[in-house]
Amino acid sequence: MSIYAKFDLYMPDALAGALEMLAQGNGADTVALAGGTNLIGDMRAKRCRPKGVIGLGRLHELRGIDSNLERISIGGSTTVSDLLASPDIATGAPSLVDAARRFAGQMVRNVATVAGNIACGSPAADLVPPLMSLDAEITLTCKSGSRTVPIDQYFLGYKQDARRHDELITGISWPRLPTGSSNVFYKVARRQGDAITITGIAVTLCVTGGKCERARIALGSVGPMVVRARNAEAMLEGHVLTAAIINAAAVQAVGECKPIDDVRASAEYRRHTVETVTRRLILQAWEKLTNTGETACPQKS
Amino acid sequence: MSAEKLITLKINGTNETAGFPPHRTLLEALRELGHVEVKCGCEKGDCGACAVLVDGVAVDSCLTLAWMAEGRNITTISGLESTHPLLQAFVDVGAAQCGYCTPGMIMAAKSMLDQNPDPTDEEIRVGLSGNLCRCTGYVKIIEAVTNAAAAIRAQGGRNE
Repeated sequence: MSIYAKFDLYMPDALAGALEMLAQGNGADTVALAGGTNLIGDMRAKRCRPKGVIGLGRLHELRGIDSNLERISIGGSTTVSDLLASPDIATGAPSLVDAARRFAGQMVRNVATVAGNIACGSPAADLVPPLMSLDAEITLTCKSGSRTVPIDQYFLGYKQDARRHDELITGISWPRLPTGSSNVFYKVARRQGDAITITGIAVTLCVTGGKCERARIALGSVGPMVVRARNAEAMLEGHVLTAAIINAAAVQAVGECKPIDDVRASAEYRRHTVETVTRRLILQAWEKLTNTGETACPQKS
Repeated sequence: MSAEKLITLKINGTNETAGFPPHRTLLEALRELGHVEVKCGCEKGDCGACAVLVDGVAVDSCLTLAWMAEGRNITTISGLESTHPLLQAFVDVGAAQCGYCTPGMIMAAKSMLDQNPDPTDEEIRVGLSGNLCRCTGYVKIIEAVTNAAAAIRAQGGRNE
């Protein structure tokens, strides 16, 4: 079955050319094509009928991973496989590596980009919970300049985001985790690979002086968009984590998701997995950091 | 709508020039040019039957526009030497039943072995997670890739 056919295809050699074309495009009629692993499928299913497609495959300037003592920065066209091959990401964003490993299949990972995964706006986008747990910022660039948006403010609703039609996601960056941090991810899906996420959760804990100083819990695929469980995070911060606190935070996280029934799982199953996975991830991160082994595995109360 | 244009695709080392419209996928273009060893499966990036190498990296040709592949090196399974250890290992182990997934499976395996010449079973599973076999032959496929990896290492890493 052929893909949607009535479009012009442009292949600029540089970012400036791509941004000029987006600026001249007519809103949603002009779309950027990166790895194509979402867009080509949408065009084949006629869910997307653009008049102009701007192929970004020749913009090598947007691909790469850079880091300094404070931050890790990646270009928008960095692929999921690039994340898996990077020692910087392995040490600086463990949750992102775990999500990348479970992301679709090899051929998709080889071309799918980080910016594309964010820009598709799907609540099931696997890289978004890890990036949200790392306090990532998204750089949006248009012809006249750039702006940054924290990823926890980027999504506005189901497949709705802060990006204007004349903007591209050119970069994503996050602060390095401080010493005494743990950053973990778990994906619930039908299979270990090539499966769309039922529930995907990333957790970051930073511990100072034996107490949880900072907590991040990002919930994916259990609402119209990826969200932070801010109230659950607040229940952890400032405390020595006990089984009771971890249990209470996991239950609170369930109250902060808004899952639906769909072909992959029921809302009820998703709520169940949010509680279970959140509890396990917090416990895993906490025990790794405090290394006491004293926190008894909390049971569902 | 952009008109058809002449593009040159470098397929298994040979330049082939033909006219294609912008919506023609690399999968469609390759098959139109007679490279029917590249199989059409799900056409949405789930099954891996259409996997080819572009500049040495496995991609789903169903998700690639032919125009975007111009100037890149495209390798189909026919571009492998007939003595390639992966081909021999698949034959020796009997890692094919109907055979429809095999070309994509082997190209995905080659791409993975180029980056990781000594993979664990788990790494092979992750590497082939985008290739579906509906005859349920994964056990023998993983065995074949393991054997091929050992053979490639034994011959000094030659994997062409």
